[in-house]
Amino acid sequence: MCLAVPARVVAIDAATDVATIALGEVRKDVSLALVDDVAVDDFVLIHVGFALSRISSDEAEATLELMREAGMAPETTS
Amino acid sequence: MSAAAKRFPVRLDVRRGVIDMSHGGGGRAMAQLIEELFVKHLDNEFLRQGNDQARFAVGAGRMVMSVDGHVISPLFFPGGDIGSLAVHGTVNDVAMSGARPLHLSAGFIIEEGFALADLERIVASMARAAKDAGVQVVAGDTKVVELGKGDGVFITTTGIGVVPAGVTISGDRARPGDAILVSGSLGDHGVAIMSSRENLTFDTTIESDSAPLNGLVETLVNALPDIRCLRDPTRGGLATTLNEIALQSRVGMRLDEAAIPVKPAVNAACELLGLDPLYIANEGKLVCIVPAADAADALTLMRAHPLGRAAAVIGEVVDDTHGFVQMQTAFGGSRVLDWLSGEQLPRIC
Amino acid sequence: MKFVDEFRQRELAQGLAAAIGAEADSGRDYRLMEFCGGHTHAIFRYGIQDLMPANVSFVHGPGCPVCVLPMGRIDNAIKLAVEDEVILCIYGDLLRVPGSGRKSLMKVKASGGDVRMIYSSRDALDIAKANPDRQVVFFAIGFETTTPATAVALRQAAAEGLDNFTVFCNHVLTPAAMQTILESPEVRTTGSVKIDGFLGPSHVSTVIGSRPYEFCAGDYEKPVVIAGFEPLDVMQATLMLVRQLNTGRHEVENQYTRAVTRDGNRKAQRLVAEVFALRREFEWRGLGLVPDSALRIRSKFARFDAEQRFDVPPVSASDVKGCACPQILRGAAKPTDCKLFDTVCTPENPMGSCMVSSEGACAAYYSYGRFRPPQPDTEAAA
Repeated sequence: MCLAVPARVVAIDAATDVATIALGEVRKDVSLALVDDVAVDDFVLIHVGFALSRISSDEAEATLELMREAGMAPETTS
Repeated sequence: MSAAAKRFPVRLDVRRGVIDMSHGGGGRAMAQLIEELFVKHLDNEFLRQGNDQARFAVGAGRMVMSVDGHVISPLFFPGGDIGSLAVHGTVNDVAMSGARPLHLSAGFIIEEGFALADLERIVASMARAAKDAGVQVVAGDTKVVELGKGDGVFITTTGIGVVPAGVTISGDRARPGDAILVSGSLGDHGVAIMSSRENLTFDTTIESDSAPLNGLVETLVNALPDIRCLRDPTRGGLATTLNEIALQSRVGMRLDEAAIPVKPAVNAACELLGLDPLYIANEGKLVCIVPAADAADALTLMRAHPLGRAAAVIGEVVDDTHGFVQMQTAFGGSRVLDWLSGEQLPRIC
Repeated sequence: MKFVDEFRQRELAQGLAAAIGAEADSGRDYRLMEFCGGHTHAIFRYGIQDLMPANVSFVHGPGCPVCVLPMGRIDNAIKLAVEDEVILCIYGDLLRVPGSGRKSLMKVKASGGDVRMIYSSRDALDIAKANPDRQVVFFAIGFETTTPATAVALRQAAAEGLDNFTVFCNHVLTPAAMQTILESPEVRTTGSVKIDGFLGPSHVSTVIGSRPYEFCAGDYEKPVVIAGFEPLDVMQATLMLVRQLNTGRHEVENQYTRAVTRDGNRKAQRLVAEVFALRREFEWRGLGLVPDSALRIRSKFARFDAEQRFDVPPVSASDVKGCACPQILRGAAKPTDCKLFDTVCTPENPMGSCMVSSEGACAAYYSYGRFRPPQPDTEAAA
């Protein structure tokens, strides 16, 4: 459930609280009514035309690092 | 189309005029519309004769005939419009038998109030598309329906062509071991249409791939007369087309997801709308199934053609009485690629 | 696509699969409920089950808003479109859901009802503004993820005095559903459904945070790992659950840290609290009446509540006889256990809601896994 996709903020219209987001080459306008302090170049999760939350690059990298480590654990290299 | 016997004192006001019921009434208004709009753009010796039918000689061989009704919203979309689409759709259906398409007929159902300027854009686009494809629109029909009873304009085209001797291309000829190729990236047309629909608007550089495939088919058929199946994956996309062939041929298929060409922008739009690019319509791509020994040649020929530069071998035909189309996912698992269910609807959950 | 492609890498999947294979104790089973349809979709779409050892299996949960919507609410919406002649705005997911008598909003649309598919609650407001002489009803569905967008639309309607706009509210809450599953006789008493742990909601949790699941780990001693919807997220969360179970832990862990915090999105929570209040109970398909499991529109916004403006009678519609959706939604049956599955119930002609949504367990089984061929040993076992 709850289809949501991560996209980069490319422009913000402060007057309407609407951001233009880019998902690859696709662009779309979404509402920022549900999030505070979003800046251009932030990544946000988009759901039904709204930004739902910011995505943390640091946390994403940490998660990927854990995944890499899991694959390299000594007991699993056979 | 019966052309008018004499000139019309006041020219059709294409810039500001709209279609009214008299344009379908069979009288002078209709005759003027035909002469000053349709024949003007689609002009050829058959239309000029002004008969209700076109008479032409054909060479010996097997005739192919196909019909396709075109209803599309919006009528004008990135990369094409209903006029070019109505030519490409039928040219491609004829060509997928291995035939060389020769002539088209076009039936227009136009809604009262439709702008003549838009109609002219559509007919002019149709004329260009026919010229590019090397076919002529030799017969036509115009009907007008009351306001609210149509969606602007519907166009039905019928095409005929001739299959060269020795060519037998059919959906029931796929055999285990055969290679499955596609001529380019998938999902472009459907995504371009969706991007311009009301309520779904998003900006993308993706244009419809709408194109006449008869040139590519002719190249393939001339070099590789043993081609088993050709089909253009229109509605229902690649997944549905392969399921149709699997059913007709009583075989299964095994695809490699990583080998299937999809443009990043198409993937991105599909992520946004919760759709699968393998179920999205194409209007300028073909699926080609050949004996494994011909696969490399087929790929080389396709890639050398302007409409096949991104061609790829995407899988093979396997022995499977259930007729399943299976796919090794790029992720490393496997899944069954089923027929499209209902229609592809954007979803939120 | 950043934050998408990285989480679909084959090499990392193989590593995680090897780790799960090595760490899963061959002397026991691991039955993990993936709460969300998003997880179900990822499992089938990417073929994740193939990468799991035989003793790690997924039990599909009720986390698909379309699947748990009771038939009576569809009947209510049909009545709004047909008898009250409103413009009914819906998300595409709802179009084919069967109501009573095998009617659906798609059939209503075909016979002249003004049913419009929208992408966002903002579109519904635009339709209301463009049609001031018509009543426009937004058929709001969804879990906590989708609710804030509806709250914004209601606030905006109030601010602009958009008097022809109302919301037919069907928003439901995930923690209550999890509790109901944990309290169900199959899990608690008869033990016919064994659930060792949960892959917890991802996008719901971006809004409500991970805190609301702590009762599950505490009171019911079941481990929960909040898991993203990308295939590597599902696999990593599975590994985290295996590790918790191996060491006898039952905690709420968060795999989806790039978007979920313990507290969630406070701004969205405030908006929801301002506009909505708890319903004392709400019917869920499969789970029956669940206390405190859904939201209603607060009286302050009553003039934008379709249930106040129109006659929306409670309809107790019974599901199609033989349909196993209720058991499937509780994890008590698999789609293939249902007599209707792939006989009279198909995606073209769905009898139950689990066959409608592409995230429904039945539709996922049908489309992706209906006749799974026997799998050669995967890299995980190699």
